Amino acid sequence: MQTSERTVAEQREEWEQLTLLPFAERRPESRATFRTLGGVALERVYTPEHIEDVDYGRDTGFPGAFPYTRGPYPTMYRAQPWTMRQIAGFGTADDTNGRFRYLIAQGQTGISTDFDMPTLMGYDSDDPRSEGEVGREGVAVDSVDDMHDLYRGIDLERISVSMTINPSAWILFAMYLVVADERGFDRAKLSGTIQNDIIKEYVAQKEWVYPPRPAMRIVRDTITYSAQHLPRYNPVNVSGYHTREAGSTTIQEVAFTLAAGIAYVEEVVRAGIDVDDFAPRLSFFFVSQIDFLEEVAKFRAARRVWARVMKERFGARKPESMRLRFHCQTAGVSCTAREPLNNIARTAIEALAAVLGGAQSLHTNGYDEALSIPSEAAMKIALRTQQIIADETGVAGTIDPLGGSYAVEALTRAIERGCFDYFAEIERRGGVIRCIEDNFFQLELADAAYDLHRRKEAGERHVVGVTKYRDDSPNPAVDLHHVDEAAAHRQLERLRATRARRDGGAVHRALDELVRVAQTDENIMPATLDAVKARATGGEIVAALRPVFGSYVETPVF
Amino acid sequence: MPIKVLVAKPGLDGHDRGAKIVARALRDAGMEVVYTGLHQTPEMIVNAAIQEDVDVVGVSILSGAHMTVFPKIMDLLHEREVDDIVVVAGGVIQENDVPKLRALGVREVFNAEASTQDLIEGIERIVAAHGRDAARRAAQA
Repeated sequence: MQTSERTVAEQREEWEQLTLLPFAERRPESRATFRTLGGVALERVYTPEHIEDVDYGRDTGFPGAFPYTRGPYPTMYRAQPWTMRQIAGFGTADDTNGRFRYLIAQGQTGISTDFDMPTLMGYDSDDPRSEGEVGREGVAVDSVDDMHDLYRGIDLERISVSMTINPSAWILFAMYLVVADERGFDRAKLSGTIQNDIIKEYVAQKEWVYPPRPAMRIVRDTITYSAQHLPRYNPVNVSGYHTREAGSTTIQEVAFTLAAGIAYVEEVVRAGIDVDDFAPRLSFFFVSQIDFLEEVAKFRAARRVWARVMKERFGARKPESMRLRFHCQTAGVSCTAREPLNNIARTAIEALAAVLGGAQSLHTNGYDEALSIPSEAAMKIALRTQQIIADETGVAGTIDPLGGSYAVEALTRAIERGCFDYFAEIERRGGVIRCIEDNFFQLELADAAYDLHRRKEAGERHVVGVTKYRDDSPNPAVDLHHVDEAAAHRQLERLRATRARRDGGAVHRALDELVRVAQTDENIMPATLDAVKARATGGEIVAALRPVFGSYVETPVF
Repeated sequence: MPIKVLVAKPGLDGHDRGAKIVARALRDAGMEVVYTGLHQTPEMIVNAAIQEDVDVVGVSILSGAHMTVFPKIMDLLHEREVDDIVVVAGGVIQENDVPKLRALGVREVFNAEASTQDLIEGIERIVAAHGRDAARRAAQA
């Protein structure tokens, strides 16, 4: 990259003296330091000096080749665009099924399911703790009968189904498989994902049922079962989204997520499974935040770090084990309740960062994200935003177009380094589970969230229409998702009907067998499938296993 | 005597970023802060408020279940004869629910845009006007 006989450093110094300094004296910069949202100090201008330690072949390379910095596949969006996967879930299974069909009719290419809090936390709809929350923030699913209606009319061999479900993921996974079996689909053709990332629950999202160690065993069982039976299914979606939304830095998002990935790989390898037999089906999930360049760098760094970890730490041999694939969602926390249509612009920029960062699948938030769960109109514009990026902007035509940018390469390197520093610290502290039990991640996260909050209040980061350019006239009204207050009642009726129809003795026997299996080291999935098939509910399964696995209460830290 | 605040997270929802930032900010402002942790029932929240002898209960809720949770908390405070404890709300609460919450006796609803300073001043103002020891505090001031 040498452009003359003088070094870049010499040229830069000359530029600083002759051009920059006199100019800056007349017109000073507006602040001393510019930092990314994640807190990384930005250089005024990046030059080859900043990427002297980046070797093209070793660190950047080609898409679809180690270390996958430029993308997991050699053709990327030139073959087909990312999967456009808008999440949906509210009311009963029938209500949500209607939204799925609408989105598919609008050109959506995958399905993503949001469950209500009781389903997420392993309570049935008629549990006293579920009151007020049934079908509120997602769809209520109590039994496999609900699961049938949720995906009714949708070809599960053709459309991939993602389920945002964690502590109770193995039960919903079993329900999905029973639905596929009962409808006659070929398990080998099923594609989709359960989030099933319990580690980040203890760190950030805070949905749990059992303590971390038995919960890890359940995740292990789903991964090994999936590896044996479902060649196209992703049994875990290791997620940074929630950690970042809870206030982490960019580096923490990637570092904690990949550390969780490492913990899952260790857990499964310890059970005697070869790393290359399951690692190709591990998938990831990151946020795409508003700090554009940093986000693009983040996705590139995540791929490079994971490839190195899999190859160097776990001795993976298959390329598929080393290439990180990820789903992406634009940042809910970047959306504002004030002037909600501004969120369309924010979301478009975040979506573009995800695409330039090489996402495999993407959810774009609705403009009403800060106000309620999304309306149909909000979801349509969000989907159209992705379609405009794919079909109008032309960015899908070349792979990793920001690769080689001095700034993006330097940020990629900085995030990569930050990850390996955290891995060393986690190791020193006794590993991921120990760090959860000791509140290490939780405190790191609380500190970062508070720091970011103070930076915002100090005016370092602005939110347009809220902290800057504020217009105090009445907030423009938008039509919001209508909460159907009768949905919870309908769900309770559905649950009663399932309980009335089923063979109670068969349910008891299936639950007894499940409890027996849980006490051994056998895989928990076959017995769960039998229980689900007998129409045991999620809440019944969770409750039956509580005496075996125990409960979890966190020590609150702030 | 510093104002004592219970920061409470009711229901199954785990979005605790706001609650924890608020807890820390109030503590930094000199208040005494107790955080309940997640997944609290209204009974647990009211019990903690009584046991900790707080002036204020700040309830953070983002799940949309506020119209289920607040009536229960307010009823329990009344039943236990501690309805002089100030209750404020924060989180994602749609504007048309704000008057309903106020009618239940919730003194203030802070949305996500409220600054730390808004929150501190708001709580100080409400406690001065409506808190249990309003008269005593006024005399001290």
